Amino acid sequence: MNIQNMILTLQKHWSDQGCILMQAYDVEKGAGTMSPYTFLRAIGPEPWNVAYVEPSRRPADGRYGENPNRLYQHHQFQVIMKPSPDNIQEIYLDSLKALGINPLDHDIRFVEDNWENPSLGCAGLGWEVWLDGMEITQFTYFQQVGGLECKPVSVEITYGIERLASYIQEKENVFDLEWTEGFTVRDIFMQPEYEHSKYTFETSDADMLFQLFTMYEKEAQRQMEEGLVHPAYDYVLKCSHVFNLLDARGAISVTERTGYIARCRNMARKIARTFYEEREKLGFPILKQKGEFINE
Amino acid sequence: MSKRDLLLEIGLEELPARFVTSSMEQLTDRIQKWLQEKAIEFGDVSAFSSPRRLAVLIKDVAESQRDINEEAKGPAKKIALDAQGNWSKAAIGFTRGQGVTVDDIFFKEIAGVEYVHVKKFIKGQPTFNLLNELNQIISSMTFPKNMRWANQELRFARPIKWIAALFGEEVIPFSLADVETGRITKGHRFLGEEISLSNALSYEEELKKQFVIVNPSERKALILEQLKQLEQENGWEIPVDGELLEEVTNLVEFPTALSGTFEEEFLELPEKVLITSMKEHQRYFPVKNASGELLPYFVTVRNGDDRNLKIVSKGNEKVLRARLSDASFFYKEDQKVEIETSLKKLESIVYHEELGTLAEKVSRVKQFTLDLSEALGMTSEEKEHAKRAAEISKFDLVTNMVYEFPELQGYMGERYARIKGEDEAVAAAVNEHYMPRHADDEVPPSIIGAVLSVAEKMDTISAFFSIGIIPSGSQDPYALRRQASGVVNILTAKKWRISVEELVEMAVSSLQKASIGSRDAEEVRNDILQFLKARVKHLLAEEGIRYDIADALLENQLGTLSSLVERAQVLESRKQDPDFKGNLEALSRVINLASKAEDTYQINEAKFENDFERALYNKFQSVSEIYGTLSTEAEKFNSLVSLKSEIEDFFEHTMVMSEDPGLRKNRLALLKAISGYIRQFAEMNKIIVS
Repeated sequence: MNIQNMILTLQKHWSDQGCILMQAYDVEKGAGTMSPYTFLRAIGPEPWNVAYVEPSRRPADGRYGENPNRLYQHHQFQVIMKPSPDNIQEIYLDSLKALGINPLDHDIRFVEDNWENPSLGCAGLGWEVWLDGMEITQFTYFQQVGGLECKPVSVEITYGIERLASYIQEKENVFDLEWTEGFTVRDIFMQPEYEHSKYTFETSDADMLFQLFTMYEKEAQRQMEEGLVHPAYDYVLKCSHVFNLLDARGAISVTERTGYIARCRNMARKIARTFYEEREKLGFPILKQKGEFINE
Repeated sequence: MSKRDLLLEIGLEELPARFVTSSMEQLTDRIQKWLQEKAIEFGDVSAFSSPRRLAVLIKDVAESQRDINEEAKGPAKKIALDAQGNWSKAAIGFTRGQGVTVDDIFFKEIAGVEYVHVKKFIKGQPTFNLLNELNQIISSMTFPKNMRWANQELRFARPIKWIAALFGEEVIPFSLADVETGRITKGHRFLGEEISLSNALSYEEELKKQFVIVNPSERKALILEQLKQLEQENGWEIPVDGELLEEVTNLVEFPTALSGTFEEEFLELPEKVLITSMKEHQRYFPVKNASGELLPYFVTVRNGDDRNLKIVSKGNEKVLRARLSDASFFYKEDQKVEIETSLKKLESIVYHEELGTLAEKVSRVKQFTLDLSEALGMTSEEKEHAKRAAEISKFDLVTNMVYEFPELQGYMGERYARIKGEDEAVAAAVNEHYMPRHADDEVPPSIIGAVLSVAEKMDTISAFFSIGIIPSGSQDPYALRRQASGVVNILTAKKWRISVEELVEMAVSSLQKASIGSRDAEEVRNDILQFLKARVKHLLAEEGIRYDIADALLENQLGTLSSLVERAQVLESRKQDPDFKGNLEALSRVINLASKAEDTYQINEAKFENDFERALYNKFQSVSEIYGTLSTEAEKFNSLVSLKSEIEDFFEHTMVMSEDPGLRKNRLALLKAISGYIRQFAEMNKIIVS
């Protein structure tokens, strides 16, 4: 099964479970969790079921297209269901079957893995799902997002698309994966992988990036004061990406590093609180719409 | 009385492997305690667990609580009856409290006084009616980490999926986190089916039919047997790491061991890198040949049966290949970097916010190592090696391999240092300076490793103490206790002639030179000494030294640890001797009275009045002359107790606290001089003799 069909299959599967199919969010980010469709929507009592593919940028993992397993940008298939359904593990395992993975032929295990993203004030408990020893999915029950206790709890399921594809297509090199008939990952992503790696490690302008960080941070704070959560959050995402670029470039010392992470975290926490308050002012509209009863 | 079997099974989404055994024990314990509290008799208890369930089966549980038939004692008769012979408020209150009436009162005499008594009879409740309290037993369980899920308020290790609760054939009805109890349990996630249990006793067998081996020891034994079989089929040795076996046992419900292979070229990687990649990351068992060399194979335990093992094996091989490719890439890249380049990087790594960078720590440790080498009188070649080892002790922390496998710190350092042409002694010390790594680990074999290890650990302890980070209770985030124990063990094992006090002084002044810490140096010094003393006490307890003997040794300065431990052993081994009591009493008497002496008074031989004073003085003179030349603590002890008869005669015939101040001071001065020697050995008067 090629990647395109994998994505179509997963979309169909989760759409059938009542998930809204979203498109990737258009600001650079390191993981699907950072999309506002996850980070913001996991906050508060409103139900929320979505699935989307998220291109995720990890500048430090760029390898000029030379490493068979590491990419500057990989793809995650991200699912959020709030509140977490009782049979979520079964729904997930059914998605693997839909991808042609028969559990009886394989060794599928749920191995403890607790997830924490200090720069966003997030923490969750769950597993990494192993398919014959390979981690193919992060499975997490959010306990805290942006420093706020999650009530109800969302479950987040993140498939590493290239990982899973390399297993399904039996390829040793990520660039040999078939995206769709006639097109491999190499055809589509080799050039950007090389160029972004070169940019990240060699040609980026650190001074400009430092300036951008400060400007983005200021703008995020200014918009927050206006109560404009989404524009503010976009700028936090930009800060985070710029920080990752600087970090990969080796432009940030360990001491400074903690400081930058703390700055991102403080903004994320403030935004989380503001988002909750803004939704509350609106009377948690999705909650009303769905007429769901939520324990307080 | 009739009995039934009790089964409680909590079905869960996969529990973290590290919680399984302890949670099973906890559940079993709680239920047993509850039954005992409720006076419900029961028979054999079996505990079961797997990643998806915790269960307890208790046989022959009584149908009802024991009846309670007892006498209760109330107020004295004179309080229970008023002047008119009517029951007082006290008596009425007592009977009400006991659930009886005044008509039930009778009197009974205790020690000549008559007291109100009543006979109480409480009929035991049917057990079945009480069993819904299992609900609270489950919900009050604790785990290293708890979570919430969906809309539930309950915190538990993982979401609860079902609860099977049977008393004989009957379901015990209650509900927890929206899960109703029932007789349904689930088989293996993929191989098994849901089953309805007709009774509690059939639990284990029924589950086995559904591919769940719910008895963890049986699962473990099965894995061991399968490993053995693979060994025999292939002529392998599979060393079994107990922790890994335990973890794997708790990752599967139906184990099937299978093997895979990897490219032989990866065997060029250091052994620990291979083992860590397999064990820590993949939970594989590494495979060796008969002479203990790693082979390019691994064994994994699948949660399932033996169908399509080839596919499973192939998948696992792919994962390991990717990991080992990474490791061998790191190994090659790391070797391209010069040690000095890595050391430069330490300058930008913060060791701790208030304690500066790693480079600064290394520089302090280097100076400390030099001071200590000097104090120990090491050769100039040893000193050179120690200095270099200290300089490069942390360079491997910035290598790719240690970044990827932090547990290989030191181990990689030693290998890279050797590759880079460092002296063998230096390379070895880079690894040894982390020793002892845990309570059962050995101390560094080489003197250079030992000196560096002590310097590094003392620097860590005193640096944290100087900024007020001191372990208390269970709070010891930087494992300072383990480091202190390491220092104590090295000092003892190496028999260094350096006192703990000198060592602490070195550490504190090294920090002062580096302007680290804001606390008062004297306080820091005392805190560290107390901290080390506690570790020495712990060591003595482990050596089986009686606590009062340990206390007698810890009362004063710690001094040289090997000597302290030897003195403890002498006292411990002599404590059963028939003359021990007499000897100790004589020596203690000297100590006790000597405390009355004045500080400055010198012994004046001319002032001795009787022969016993002179005899004691002369004997003491001869002891003190040779005391310093004695090589063992046992000889020193013998020479001290050789004073016994002179001491006894002295006390029998001499009035120490004479009214003549001159005589008194002179006698006390003699005792004080002797006491000084005794107390140097131990505060003998603290030792309990019976």
